[in-house]
Amino acid sequence: MRKLKLITAFVCTILFGSNLYGVDWSDFRGPKGNPVHDGELPLNWNTKNNENVAWKSALPGRGVSSPIVVGDLVVVTASSGSKQQKLYVLGFDLDSGKQRWKRSFWATGRTYTHPTSSNAAPTPISDGEYIYAFYSSNDLVCLDLTGNLMWYRGLAHDYPKAGNDVGMASSPAIAGDVLVVQIENQGDSFASGIDRRTGTELWRVPRDPRANWSSPVAYQDAQGDYTVLLQSPSGLNAVEAKTGNEKWTKDLSCGNISSPLKIGNSIYFGAGGTTKLALNPTDTTPEVVWSANRLTANAASPIVDGDDLYILSGSIIKCADATTGELRWQVRLKGRFWATPILSNGHLYFFNQEGLVQIVKTGERGELVTEFEVGDPVLGTPAASGDALIFRSDNTLWKISQ
Amino acid sequence: MKRLHTRSYLFPIIAIMIGSIVLETSHGAEVSELTAIVNKIGIKGQGHSEARKAMRQLAQLEPDSAVAILTHFDSSNKLAVNWLRAAVDGILEDGVAEAQELPIAALVKFLHDREQDANARRVAYEWIIEVEPQRKSAILEKSLNDPSLEIRREAVAFALGSASNLEETSTEKALEKYRATLVSARDIDQIDSITKSIERLGGTVDLPSHFGFLMNWHLIGPFDNSGKSGFNVAYGPENAIKLQAAEVGKTGSVKWFEHSTEDPYGLVDLNSIMPEKYKGAIVYAYTTFDTDSEREVEIRLGCINGNKVWVNGKLITSNHVYHANTSIDQYIAKAKFRAGTNEILVKVAQNEQEESWAQRWQFQLRICDQYGTAILSKNRKE
Repeated sequence: MRKLKLITAFVCTILFGSNLYGVDWSDFRGPKGNPVHDGELPLNWNTKNNENVAWKSALPGRGVSSPIVVGDLVVVTASSGSKQQKLYVLGFDLDSGKQRWKRSFWATGRTYTHPTSSNAAPTPISDGEYIYAFYSSNDLVCLDLTGNLMWYRGLAHDYPKAGNDVGMASSPAIAGDVLVVQIENQGDSFASGIDRRTGTELWRVPRDPRANWSSPVAYQDAQGDYTVLLQSPSGLNAVEAKTGNEKWTKDLSCGNISSPLKIGNSIYFGAGGTTKLALNPTDTTPEVVWSANRLTANAASPIVDGDDLYILSGSIIKCADATTGELRWQVRLKGRFWATPILSNGHLYFFNQEGLVQIVKTGERGELVTEFEVGDPVLGTPAASGDALIFRSDNTLWKISQ
Repeated sequence: MKRLHTRSYLFPIIAIMIGSIVLETSHGAEVSELTAIVNKIGIKGQGHSEARKAMRQLAQLEPDSAVAILTHFDSSNKLAVNWLRAAVDGILEDGVAEAQELPIAALVKFLHDREQDANARRVAYEWIIEVEPQRKSAILEKSLNDPSLEIRREAVAFALGSASNLEETSTEKALEKYRATLVSARDIDQIDSITKSIERLGGTVDLPSHFGFLMNWHLIGPFDNSGKSGFNVAYGPENAIKLQAAEVGKTGSVKWFEHSTEDPYGLVDLNSIMPEKYKGAIVYAYTTFDTDSEREVEIRLGCINGNKVWVNGKLITSNHVYHANTSIDQYIAKAKFRAGTNEILVKVAQNEQEESWAQRWQFQLRICDQYGTAILSKNRKE
């Protein structure tokens, strides 16, 4: 019987590792790094009478990380304890919401955060074979899809001055066989490439000793090589995923919470409001296509759908022409936002910090079509799978579908 | 015949017993060898390759191996403990999924052995109440002073429930229960909650003594920290403490002066103490602590500014971090006190940020043991 789990893990690896069923929503902005979903998500639900609530599952701790979906598995992280020292990675069945497995660990790094945030702030990521969970305390866990521990690193255990007592939140990125983490703070500040199979360090490059919460973004070029974008207040850097060597840098004053978006040959990121870069075939420093200072993002990252660029600026959602940066329309929303919205079937789904859902219909002009309460704070970006929306509130994981 | 008959009965029993012992021994030996490999995990991924192989073998063990693995927890290796915890949780989780009987009696026995690793005992506790939640009350009633602070936290919460119930019948007994619980409480939120309850019922709590905050300091400053350049400059107090002498400061000659904080959490607010709200400045704080004998202590500092702490001239912590949140026990450093008088020097560096959230200039420091239990100086003023 004991071997059954190993067989299951092997089968999962064969099925999902080869993307037979595909990785549905592998990181906090989905597999394309751009939270635009092809399914048709519900436009309303009610957490009090469970209308359109497929299931909900209580979590053993708080978290502001996003859930991810790998095949029929939903993975989410949480933390608990008087100092948020207890870390959890939890695997749930997508169909039933039943918890399949739970792994608990003790943080090895600094666990303090602002009360709004949590040790479980970075969103886990999966390559379809393994799950990589990261925490504000810089603990990094690799599990297989059945919860078997593959390796565990304490990056602040290795570099004790790494940490920010306001909380860290940068989510890891996968670039081929390299897992990239961006740990920027006033102490040991660095980015590191880690062998995703063994957990050993491949490279480490120093970064400015300043607080930064932006997440790295990986992309593959025409030759099959991976590049990683690292955004920080002092600029945007592109480094080789295999070595950490710098390919190019754009010295612009950037935001330190939102993350860059790479789509096609374009990069959108928070500098001078929003700046668009055009990657060039020679892989040298890209040129600025436009900068629009009216498009200043706060916590949420940009979304691009065709020629439409969406920027959540404070509590105002702004739609701009992605080719020119010209503002097309804007809609004022309620509340404070940490979660990046998700776009599906012509509707943007916003969750504010108080748990108010606001859905805006996109098009020639934006229109707020509905709003309702979840009843619990939501700070993490939702995930999607088929026609289902999966999100996590402070202490609960929800699946919404009709 | 009878003798033979008895022997024929005894033989299989003895054989089973011997077999069990042999199995258990080899089982134990296997666990011992595998956990030894995992316990060799070091920093930066050292030992991962061997540990992964060992973990694969541990994952195939039956639930009755869980306690054997727990006995090999060594929380001094924070990384390895997490690997071993994953092995135990995986084995027991699989046991539940396969409707196997979990070794609850062995886990209970292990939990009650307070010589075992605190984190390992916590894992045992979690699995006991996961499978047999009815045992929780009996365990927590006896766990107020548990070395596992996680178990102790739950025991304190449990006791607070009892104290609250007592309020309905006897204020005196409720107060007594709250006071007894406070002695065991180590988490700040629980201490605050108990203090409020005691004060609500007319009692008082000496919070500075409960925590072990140092309340009386000699201060000197400001020294220059323009551009954060003074953090690594060894100004006069770092070379010698001369309480009667003047030093060259940022604005001219500066002298030591005494300050006693009345904050219940020992907070020393330099902005309100210094003649003006200096920016790009450093203040030193000095005090002494008397003990009867040499002992290991923890120096626990909360400071939102750049800081250094020396004990008897030895630097024990250095944190060049400004305005990135603060809390009690933010920085914990181990130190060795000698018998007699010990000298504690704190450097508190303010930078020049202008944002409203970057103006605080303060620290709070307490002395305690590894569990957060206050250690009080023999020269402490009441």
